[in-house]
Amino acid sequence: MKWFFSIIMTAILTNNYVLCKFLGICPFLGVSKKTNTAVGMSAAVIFVMVLATITTYPINLLLVKCDLEYLQTIVFILVIAALVQFVEIILKKYIPALYNSLGIYLPLITTNCAVLGVVLLNIQNGSGFAESVINSFGAGLGFMLAMVMFSGVRERLEGNDIPKFLQGLPITLVAASLTSVSFLGFTGVVEGIFG
Amino acid sequence: MNLIALSVAIVAGIGFLCALILSLASVFFAVPVDEKAEKIRECLPGANCGACGFSGCDGYAAALSKGETTNTALCVPGGNDASSAIAKITGGEAGSVRPMSAVVLCQGNFHNVEQKLEYDGVETCKMAAQLFGGPKSCSYGCIGFGDCVKACPYNAIFICDGVARINPDSCKACKTCVSVCPKGLIEMIPRDDVKTAVLCKNCDKGAQTRKQCKAGCIGCMKCVKTCEAGAVKVENNKASVDYDKCTGCGKCHEACPVKCIDLLKL
Repeated sequence: MKWFFSIIMTAILTNNYVLCKFLGICPFLGVSKKTNTAVGMSAAVIFVMVLATITTYPINLLLVKCDLEYLQTIVFILVIAALVQFVEIILKKYIPALYNSLGIYLPLITTNCAVLGVVLLNIQNGSGFAESVINSFGAGLGFMLAMVMFSGVRERLEGNDIPKFLQGLPITLVAASLTSVSFLGFTGVVEGIFG
Repeated sequence: MNLIALSVAIVAGIGFLCALILSLASVFFAVPVDEKAEKIRECLPGANCGACGFSGCDGYAAALSKGETTNTALCVPGGNDASSAIAKITGGEAGSVRPMSAVVLCQGNFHNVEQKLEYDGVETCKMAAQLFGGPKSCSYGCIGFGDCVKACPYNAIFICDGVARINPDSCKACKTCVSVCPKGLIEMIPRDDVKTAVLCKNCDKGAQTRKQCKAGCIGCMKCVKTCEAGAVKVENNKASVDYDKCTGCGKCHEACPVKCIDLLKL
């Protein structure tokens, strides 16, 4: 139980994929204008991250067996893209309500570097299957935390009088960097708690 | 050589497998597209304003196609053209849309009202209205920060002398602005012919109103007495016109001492 929480907390706080590893910045800046779209996008990311880890794990075993580890990146891009398309088709058929809310985000995730990053880093760290799945779930939760927090910051920014030269993307980037700096404070926290 | 062949084979194999799964999925999990709804959707203007009471144009098209509603006249921006086009597809009878235009019922411009406070906050009507009812001396009137201007999908609204005005040529009567105005000043008025409208929403007593705005309705009842059609009435210290009864004769406009009743040519 302890290692489970340790992995999740590490993925959410110390190794936050958006704010500490700077992966998945595109949706982080693009879809964080409103809290409900941010939640929708993050839910889609969690879903796809876990599924991608589950499907790429056996494929990686195959690649390792053939001594072709250098093909990981290209094969995983291929598999994740196909997987997202497949999930989109299934959702459209069986859960149209979810499709309507996640539908626009799913194609965005097809080539999301956070998803690919989670999968590749899991392998680099030499994690086992269970550990990889938990880690990718945690990474998704971390993505959600960053998105929801940042959408709150952006909604606050809307009501403020921002100097003209900072309006739009510049102030968003400044806010993003400040949020990211605040996450530096979590370094060592998880080790401190779980030893 | 062997290694190259193997790697090519693996990537190609995985690619082929993915393609196979996707193409099978697209056949087996295909969602039948409602062609009727698509056609109806093409007749609608696509503003997604919600004037019809459904969730956007897609929602209205789907409801019409499934027969949840047979009323083809709900799309106000589309007007009679859209109504008859939809009726052709659904085979029903085309309902007639009464053309309307939104009008801002306030004349509290810089000449008629004074500033009662120096407002320095966020420049939206919604925020300004929370501070003593807005910066102008009349707390019923248009604040003029243009929440409606931002909301209008057709760019029909502009601010003139601190009061929002709506260009009837651009207005498609989608009612988006009606719900945005924190003072509830925007009303839909039928375009049929010349109509009179009371351009004031001030509910204070006459003497009070006079102090707040030069063009505010003081509830003097002169318009009620002159109106031959019985279309004007005074309630809550302000006059209002029943647009169905109004003949557009303009007598109330002439009688009004503050000229808050105006003849509109929409």
